[in-house]
Amino acid sequence: MTARGVASFLILAAGVAATSWAADVAPTAKPAADQSMADSTLIARGAELAAIGNCASCHTHPEGKSFAGGRPIKTPFGTLYSTNITPDNETGIGKWSAEDFLRAMHDGVAPGRRNLYPAFPYDHFTRLTDNDVEAIYAFVMTREPVRLTAPPNQLAFPMNLRSALSVWKVLFLERGAYRPDPQQDAEWNRGAYLVEGLGHCGACHTPRNAMGAEEHTRDFDGGQSEGWDAPALNSSSPAPSAWTAEQLYAYLRQGRDENHGTAVGPMKPVVDNLSQVPESDVRAIARYVAWRMNRGQLVRVAATSSDSAQTVIGDGEAIFRGACASCHEAEASGGPIRSGRTVPLSLTTSVNAPDARNAIHIVLEGIWPDAGEKGAFMPPFEGAFTEQQLAALLGYVRSRYARGPAWSDLPKQVRAIMHTGQKQ
Amino acid sequence: MIELDINGTKRSVDAEADTPLLYVLRDHLAMNGAKFGCGLGQCGACTVMVDGEAVFSCMTPVSVLAGRKIRTIEGLGTVEQPGALQRAFIDEQAAQCGYCIAGMIMRAQALLEKNSSPSDAEIRRHMMPNLCRCGTHMRIVKAVRRAAQTMRAEADKPKSAGQT
Repeated sequence: MTARGVASFLILAAGVAATSWAADVAPTAKPAADQSMADSTLIARGAELAAIGNCASCHTHPEGKSFAGGRPIKTPFGTLYSTNITPDNETGIGKWSAEDFLRAMHDGVAPGRRNLYPAFPYDHFTRLTDNDVEAIYAFVMTREPVRLTAPPNQLAFPMNLRSALSVWKVLFLERGAYRPDPQQDAEWNRGAYLVEGLGHCGACHTPRNAMGAEEHTRDFDGGQSEGWDAPALNSSSPAPSAWTAEQLYAYLRQGRDENHGTAVGPMKPVVDNLSQVPESDVRAIARYVAWRMNRGQLVRVAATSSDSAQTVIGDGEAIFRGACASCHEAEASGGPIRSGRTVPLSLTTSVNAPDARNAIHIVLEGIWPDAGEKGAFMPPFEGAFTEQQLAALLGYVRSRYARGPAWSDLPKQVRAIMHTGQKQ
Repeated sequence: MIELDINGTKRSVDAEADTPLLYVLRDHLAMNGAKFGCGLGQCGACTVMVDGEAVFSCMTPVSVLAGRKIRTIEGLGTVEQPGALQRAFIDEQAAQCGYCIAGMIMRAQALLEKNSSPSDAEIRRHMMPNLCRCGTHMRIVKAVRRAAQTMRAEADKPKSAGQT
């Protein structure tokens, strides 16, 4: 948060602090006997919706039990720990009624008038129908209860005050269910409902302002997630080859599209989830995102020649030949790759993106299929290169394969990522 | 000519800049500990250490290695005096055909130098890039655990113990 952001926030907080914005929230009764929730159809639908909402990704610690929380979530304001949403009575949401759950999803308020941090994307979940929230509730409340309390959040003032979130909500939370666009057909509207609501795609793919709220004048203009760059999903998409709905469907369903690349980093769990939900929902999401990407700008800039006025730094080319070419030039040279074709670097989003972060992460960390699963693979190069060498290599790759200008802050970004050891 | 620091010894090598370190080790220097498995960084048989990190020598061009410290299995010990990890792999009989073992040991060495008492989960996560097609992974995990113990005991010994 900038100094000005903090200052304006404090002024607003002081003005509103005395008012209880959550005054209308009273604790409601405990849920009735479990039998009433034993509607297996409802639970199954809730499971699919929870997968589209990617709930488990945040609410599960990498080494913990599903939905038991405790996963650290780094924000510009400090570290939050996801909460336990298993039905444990003491440490989870076992005592929450369906209404409590609906209020949390729609208004970001937990029982006891406790404002929730918008890392929980209720600014999107507020678009959900009551029926869908009810199904998710039925699913979550029938999971195995786990006794686990998340560590306390580590947030800087004033964000450590939950009352201050009332101000945030006044400014940035637009409540209300999704309103279908009558000009569009049912599939388009389904896609929009899922993307804008439950899928909360904008939480990563839309830039955020100094107070951590999405900038809606720049919807889907590209944002950040866990140290990765979340590319633009509008006409600013860095993909050299325009995405079609069919390609987006393949990417979201199988984690890979041959004309764009492989889902990595924080996108990986998203596509893992989307491989398990109804096909029609993924098609609807793909259709809507493709519509957003291609709206207004179908003509793309022609590729510039690769020998443009970019400086090739140091010995990037020799490093490329020794470390990368055996796979990435395999088709041209008859190299040894056997396990399927690589996506040409000239087409990958990470190489063409305006931000070098994802390319750095991918070279250092590699690409892994899940244990025992088939999938795209790239070995990790962590430890192989010094900062200067990695910057030289990526500078060369960028100048040879991308259409955009050189990454101006490449050495700085390489240093930052190699030093924080920010691995996913 | 490229000058390399291998196991503390300076070696001058006449090789093209993009030659993989593995080829230099095996073909130029006759250091045959590191093995060629896939040549694509998919199996880990070629693993060595560079500045304390485990790397695939089959995909590391020598041009990036000037002034950096390379360690290979030959630097950990000898037949007469095996290093802690080599001893532990023998004691646990962690090798079947043995082709992957030099790489396994070097990757484990990089772990134990940074973390003297790794959990089983940490060992498994760290060793993930290296494959054993005979399937001795369980014994490999045991050997790494055992070596960690030996190395800790070694570090705890009073320095003057040998002189009293």
